[in-house]
Amino acid sequence: MAIEWYLIVSALIFSIGAGGVITRRNPLVVLLCLELMLNAANLALIAFSRMHGNGDGQIFAIIVMVVAACEVCIGLGVIVAMYRRRLPIDVDELRELQG
Amino acid sequence: MAEVVFFLAAIGALAGAVGTVAVRNPFYSVLALVMHLLSLALLFLLLRSEFVAAAQVVVYAGAVMVLYMFVVAYVGGTSMPLGPGGTRSMRIGSIVFAGVLFVELAIAILGTGLKALGTEGAPYEPGFGTPARIGELLLTKFLLPFEIASFLLLIAAVGAVTLARRRGGLHDAEEQRITPLDLVRPVSTGTMAEAVGTRTNATTRERTGLEYGGHSGRAGPEDGDDGERTGLEAGVAPGGDTGPEDR
Repeated sequence: MAIEWYLIVSALIFSIGAGGVITRRNPLVVLLCLELMLNAANLALIAFSRMHGNGDGQIFAIIVMVVAACEVCIGLGVIVAMYRRRLPIDVDELRELQG
Repeated sequence: MAEVVFFLAAIGALAGAVGTVAVRNPFYSVLALVMHLLSLALLFLLLRSEFVAAAQVVVYAGAVMVLYMFVVAYVGGTSMPLGPGGTRSMRIGSIVFAGVLFVELAIAILGTGLKALGTEGAPYEPGFGTPARIGELLLTKFLLPFEIASFLLLIAAVGAVTLARRRGGLHDAEEQRITPLDLVRPVSTGTMAEAVGTRTNATTRERTGLEYGGHSGRAGPEDGDDGERTGLEAGVAPGGDTGPEDR
């Protein structure tokens, strides 16, 4: 398969993830949609790595996976802390940081 | 053959992505994301990066998704409707936004003029994408990002433990501060008298000497075996530093 097919699939997944981040209100699902966007970027990175015959893109993808794991760790910790404080699990209700 | 596998994996990845966004219940959302990740691992295999595909399956679809499952089960995966006000307009707006974003990305990808975009990529050389090659790159050319990534994981782990503590915040760190006074424990620390609650750690700290003298004359519900217990306390007292805190 040509490389551009992979990039089109990557762009589609990224768009779906971005739409989900905007639409959904449950922070758990917002985190899942962020994972979608990061995975789309990973697919593009690996496609370019294959295109150039160079391993650098794969290293980049692995580092992206590490950062995604950290983001999940902190995000889920924040959600658990919200749950413990009886705050609503809803990104629209949490507006105390709004200017 | 490669085309068939590619289209199957791509359809699986796209269906998983749509399911993640569209399904109401967060539990099924996580399951859809697992399917998406497995299909994506298949695409990685088609791109001849075996190590990243294996890491994707083991780390992402395995460990991270199990973490998600635990939190969804803990928070009680209630289905969150889109909410009153702007339900339909928000949904239509997000779909339009996603479409515009996709068109823009497609124009950016196909309009770059990269000549290798329409080809299968560079000729395959044996060893491309194997763990040996990845490990060599990580420990030579990309040593600094590797170390920074390990540091980032450490910081994230410490931060998650701090955030999800039982009291849920950074406020009451003062309560359990250990002072040099804690080295000098009262006589009854760590004995059964402390466990029963007749004397606590904080109240006996100042007046240990006073109360210890008048102990046998004090009225209490278990006054009969009081003399035996004071003897026991006196024997245990030197090793009392290892007693449990009253928290």
